Amino acid sequence: MQHRPLILKLLSAFLVFGAWEIAGRVPVSYAFPTFFESMDALLRLTLDGTMFKAYAETLKPLVTGVAISAVLGIGLGLWIGLSARFDWLFSPIFIVMQAAPLAALIPLLVMAYGIGLTSKVFVVCIMAMPVIVLNTSSAVRNTPVSLKEMGRSFLATDRDTLLKIVIPAASPVIFSGLRLGISAGFIGAILAELKITPTGVGDIISYSRSIADYPSMYAAIFSIILLAVLFLNLLEKFENYLFEGNNRGYVSD
Amino acid sequence: MSQIKPPHDAAVPVSSPESAVSVRNVSKSYGPVEALKNLSLEFPRGELTSLLGPSGCGKTTLLKIIAGLLPADAGDIEVNGKRVTGPGSDRAFVFQDFALLPWASVIRNVAFGLELRGVAKSEREAIAEKYIGNVGLSGFEKAYPHELSGGMRQRVGLARALAVDSQVLLLDEPFSAVDEQNRRKFQEDLLELVRHENKTFIFVTHSIEEAVYVSDQIAILLPRPSRVSEIIRPTSFRNKDVENIRRDPEYLDIVDEIWASLRTYTE
Amino acid sequence: MTAFGYKLPAMSSLLIWGLLWEVIGQMNLTFFVPPLTTVIATLFSVIGTPAFVKAMTETAYAFGSGVFFAIAIGIPVGIMMGKSRLLDELLLPWVNIFLSAPLTALVPVLMVLFGFGMTSIIITTTLFGIWIIILNSRAGVMQINRSLVEMARSFGASPLDAFFRIYFWAALPEILGGVRIGVIRAVKGVIIGQLLISIVGFGALFELYSSNFLMGHFWAVLIVLFAMAFSISEFLAYLERRVAYYAAKR
Repeated sequence: MQHRPLILKLLSAFLVFGAWEIAGRVPVSYAFPTFFESMDALLRLTLDGTMFKAYAETLKPLVTGVAISAVLGIGLGLWIGLSARFDWLFSPIFIVMQAAPLAALIPLLVMAYGIGLTSKVFVVCIMAMPVIVLNTSSAVRNTPVSLKEMGRSFLATDRDTLLKIVIPAASPVIFSGLRLGISAGFIGAILAELKITPTGVGDIISYSRSIADYPSMYAAIFSIILLAVLFLNLLEKFENYLFEGNNRGYVSD
Repeated sequence: MSQIKPPHDAAVPVSSPESAVSVRNVSKSYGPVEALKNLSLEFPRGELTSLLGPSGCGKTTLLKIIAGLLPADAGDIEVNGKRVTGPGSDRAFVFQDFALLPWASVIRNVAFGLELRGVAKSEREAIAEKYIGNVGLSGFEKAYPHELSGGMRQRVGLARALAVDSQVLLLDEPFSAVDEQNRRKFQEDLLELVRHENKTFIFVTHSIEEAVYVSDQIAILLPRPSRVSEIIRPTSFRNKDVENIRRDPEYLDIVDEIWASLRTYTE
Repeated sequence: MTAFGYKLPAMSSLLIWGLLWEVIGQMNLTFFVPPLTTVIATLFSVIGTPAFVKAMTETAYAFGSGVFFAIAIGIPVGIMMGKSRLLDELLLPWVNIFLSAPLTALVPVLMVLFGFGMTSIIITTTLFGIWIIILNSRAGVMQINRSLVEMARSFGASPLDAFFRIYFWAALPEILGGVRIGVIRAVKGVIIGQLLISIVGFGALFELYSSNFLMGHFWAVLIVLFAMAFSISEFLAYLERRVAYYAAKR
């Protein structure tokens, strides 16, 4: 059966959403709307434009933060990967940052930078940056030795080696670091909107919770998860397309 | 870019039987391990010399020192009378694991050495195209390494080394990751190349049969620390047809003789 | 990195950063960064206080239970997904979705369903950690060498025997890898949960410190948290290296 994967995916979605619908009808809790109620609210919020306004607001810190993290993170990562001295100096910071619950810094950020956009951008940055830096630096450090030797034996300058061998060889791993960074950035953006000040999607969630409009609350949460997952999947597809050769190029059989 | 030589520059006197590469008293240690000790060897111009020995005998180390990829602790390497201090345009390397750029097409890979030397795009692609044809890969110019078999990938590596037109070709176990049928075809093609390209080949292998089949001169290295134990120059079958070499009595004798001297070094 | 011929230990540069912190603090540049020495002095005075001990025990309890559920549910589900194609195809899309979804958005739902308390924090912790554990256990089972499975069958092992004597051990390096990442994520989850449900544990402590502008206290608690998170992650990495020897060659 060639349609088996698709059929099973649909069946799986049907089972989960069906369970949601039934649990909502029972209901398991006064705060648990049915699937259709939530989708209805989603449709309503989308049609009256609330959703678009909210996302315009939510995407601001997310896009700014991810852009800053990408530029700074890849730059720092390249530097750390190329220089043993910078590796020694900076790696420990990012290793600790990667393991640590950086969300704990939020109250401090709010005290220092207030409750505006700056704090939110910072939250996205501290969530997204470590994985970008660590992926980039380890990719650069792990450039296949034989490719570097090949460059040297054909008299590559340092600049040629960096631009024509090291960066292209590292780009699949750098790119997947970016994807993980964006995923963490989403977590940070929502966290910032729920914790610091309710704006955008976080505002819809908090507001509809306070007036007990649970379908709208579930609709907003559903939409942000859907958006994040769709976007990250798209990115992964793009990545596979872009680096198809790279992923399989090193096998020597 | 004064190092670029036009293809098929025959300025170097090819008729003289002197050495293209001389290795004199070279030593190399990795920490406490002595990889090479006081090793000297001459590589005659226009011939193929094999470095043969058990694993860990330092043959790849020696090749990389000649390539200028590793520094020697002591001793001298001379290529065409010039002392080696690092990689140079007079030598080209063929890697055991091919070392192809996976993100680049065959033609860009073959032209990569020329690209690094600043040769203009149209010129280097014309040269690359010619060598792609020479190694039998015409029609694959736009293909990517992952679309090629192991044998074809090594042909790309070989074409890349030929394209820079160096006088000396260094081959580091080039066929070890290639399947047996392709390896045999490759060996025949290599003999053809040695005959027509007028270059000096230095060939590292751990296969006795392969070394005897393709070499004008075989240097047998023994390990710990590495030294040249014997140099063998096959005489009678070198000018015969490629199909008949493996049946030649001298070929069989040399294979047996080498095995006899190496068998004590197996693990 | 070497200096004066000595190889410097990997994390030793943190000392330099600590020194920099101290200098910035002593220069009184900003109210938000007190000198490191002050912070460390505060740290020792804070550690014994009832507020800190309460926050610590609550967090440890939430984290421990959250990780327990993540492992106890995650590993069997992952192994079953690796063994059954139908189950795999039904569950995998959802595992992948939750692996990359912004789980912070789900915390408000947990809050309205399970209240502003421990339960919600424990579930948040589990939600952060479980998906990668499932995924890695599944991958571990799926890569088991066919001939190892056939060997077990040819020697007459019962399915249950094969499960405990072969599958679990053969997949152990991957499973442990998943547990390590899962636990690191759970550490983040337990803190995020407490920040959003800010009446328990460190969430409450942070509220207290920030409303009284106790910078030294704040940094002291952060240092304790980061150090513990880092130690947990290093300990699990050490465990993983212990079994890595057979992950490499099979």
